[in-house]
Amino acid sequence: MNTLFDKIWDKHVVRIIEDGPTQLYIDRLYCHEVTSPQAFDGMRKRGLKCFRPSHIYCMPDHNTPTHDQDKPVADPVSRKQIDTLARNAGEFGLAHYGMMDKSNGIIHVVGPEKGLSLPGMTIVCGDSHTSTHGAMGAVAFGIGTSEVEMVMASQCILQQKPKSMRININGRLGKGVTAKDVALYLMSRMTTSGATGFFIEYAGETVRNMSMESRLTLCNLSIEMGARGGFIAPDDITFEYIKGREFAPKGKEWEEAVSYWKTLKSSDDAVFDKELNFNAVNIKPTITYGTNPGMGMGIDETIPELADIPESGRASFLKSLEYMGFSPGETLEGHPVDYVFLGACTNGRIEDFRLFASLVEGKKKADSIVAWLVPGSWAVDRQIREEGLDKVLAAAGFEIRQPGCSACLAMNDDKIPAGKYSVSTSNRNFEGRQGPGARTILASPLVAAAAAVTGKITDPRTIM
Amino acid sequence: MRQKFDVITSTCVPLPLENVDTDQIIPARFLKSTDKEGFGENLFRDWRYNEDGSPRKDFVLNNPEYGGCILVAGKNFGSGSSREHAAWAIAGYGFRVVISSFFADIHKNNELNNFVLPVVVSETFLAELFDCIAANPKTEVEVNLPHQTVTNKETGNTESFEINGYKKHCLMNGLDDIDYLIQNKDKIEEWEQRNR
Repeated sequence: MNTLFDKIWDKHVVRIIEDGPTQLYIDRLYCHEVTSPQAFDGMRKRGLKCFRPSHIYCMPDHNTPTHDQDKPVADPVSRKQIDTLARNAGEFGLAHYGMMDKSNGIIHVVGPEKGLSLPGMTIVCGDSHTSTHGAMGAVAFGIGTSEVEMVMASQCILQQKPKSMRININGRLGKGVTAKDVALYLMSRMTTSGATGFFIEYAGETVRNMSMESRLTLCNLSIEMGARGGFIAPDDITFEYIKGREFAPKGKEWEEAVSYWKTLKSSDDAVFDKELNFNAVNIKPTITYGTNPGMGMGIDETIPELADIPESGRASFLKSLEYMGFSPGETLEGHPVDYVFLGACTNGRIEDFRLFASLVEGKKKADSIVAWLVPGSWAVDRQIREEGLDKVLAAAGFEIRQPGCSACLAMNDDKIPAGKYSVSTSNRNFEGRQGPGARTILASPLVAAAAAVTGKITDPRTIM
Repeated sequence: MRQKFDVITSTCVPLPLENVDTDQIIPARFLKSTDKEGFGENLFRDWRYNEDGSPRKDFVLNNPEYGGCILVAGKNFGSGSSREHAAWAIAGYGFRVVISSFFADIHKNNELNNFVLPVVVSETFLAELFDCIAANPKTEVEVNLPHQTVTNKETGNTESFEINGYKKHCLMNGLDDIDYLIQNKDKIEEWEQRNR
């Protein structure tokens, strides 16, 4: 009668503080260069060593340039942060995949692909998109830097147990509709705070039929509904994905692991604090029109009218549209676009590059478009080349950059200029997210590809 | 930053917008520091300053009418990125309390871990407080952590707010979670033994 979340959470409880949070054991801590330096500093000031260094993996991803990674990073402040992570990892005895290491990439892409993120685990990182690893059947969530320090010091974290929510999605996804559209659709229905305080289990045949890459995209965006995290019970698709990966269990240990992982599902009579049902048939290619990820609509729909917005939200709604240069009631199909970004922990995996390549194959990049195609990791980059997607993309006028978070949050040089429109496969359209004044329209790799070849917002179903 | 908490009475800085995300509280390009200092200068950077660095007169932090160590914000404050830099910026600027009708989870924890108190009030209390501050920028609010009450001194209306006993104890005594965790490593090792 337990939910899967209860099973994993309860197994990791070290103790419950009376009238307080739970002390939870953490199986995996990932560290990147932006949210870890102050935690390492704190450890030094307290004179502490990492309690379980073998459970911690570090890699730079936010500041890394997407070209010339073999040369010193031009921005001295970025370089210092990247170097600081390498030095800290060395000092504290932690695994570190530096820039140009064949294992480097965005931490949320690398964790699953190396078999470091496994079913039943508790996984944290000083990064809200840690929810991504939930696709492996793990309880994974983002934390602050003080909490990173807690885990370094004790391999534990103090957390309030979130409430449970199950989102069931059933039905077949239509042509041109991807996991990203499912997530954007859910966000538009739930708003950015609709799942705050909850941990989501995604279920239903639509989710079961998704590849691991699609599941990673779906779970990645759980935080954009405010959820602590989102995950999917592991199944044969999960086991098939993990098998043979570098850190996956091998031999007899593999058999034992799989038989345990097969028990990781919510009981048939499990009761959730909240349960929601959605039909995949209703989901279209979806885009955002505003400045938070919950402001989304079907690509052929119109921006809401002011009268449709509750009064307390109108000031924010109008501020948002003013920033974007859009008006209430406007349709966005045909609106000119300046930049296209394919990548990020949301859509920087091999399947995303396959989708993008499938649409642009035999077509040409529009002259007016600047396109940044950034693989999520060097492993993705290698697979792109093995599958020959690089040639398809090159023939259509696209080049592939080097891995990292890139224009998702513009901490490196990949900044969208003020006032320019970017169709982006990343996760956030907040004001200034892709650079000061940048105007972001979140979308799937197919919608991004359609914009890249037509130079405007285009329903991919019309040119597939 | 480990200032002990008791009763705070202060005027407020109003930010009556909903869904204020941590990218607005502190934009990503200011996250490159490797220490916790100086983030207050860039709190709400792109709302507070023009591109040339001159202050934007229409933003509340640049309006001398408003001040104090209590920030009052619309619902769903601190959504988005988990960056603790947002809490460092709020604390660094000098705020000790943030009042809203709803906070995003991670940011709420980050505030607590930096001795900034997030106070959740009802929509009605929040709306009335915004109205009072608009009518009189000198409106004071009393936040009483021992009693877990928040009072709009202009109207005398009081609400109680939630905080778990453990965290309340930490704030009132200037203790943090790591102090607690490293005291009971035996419990952690026992857990590891059980789960080999």
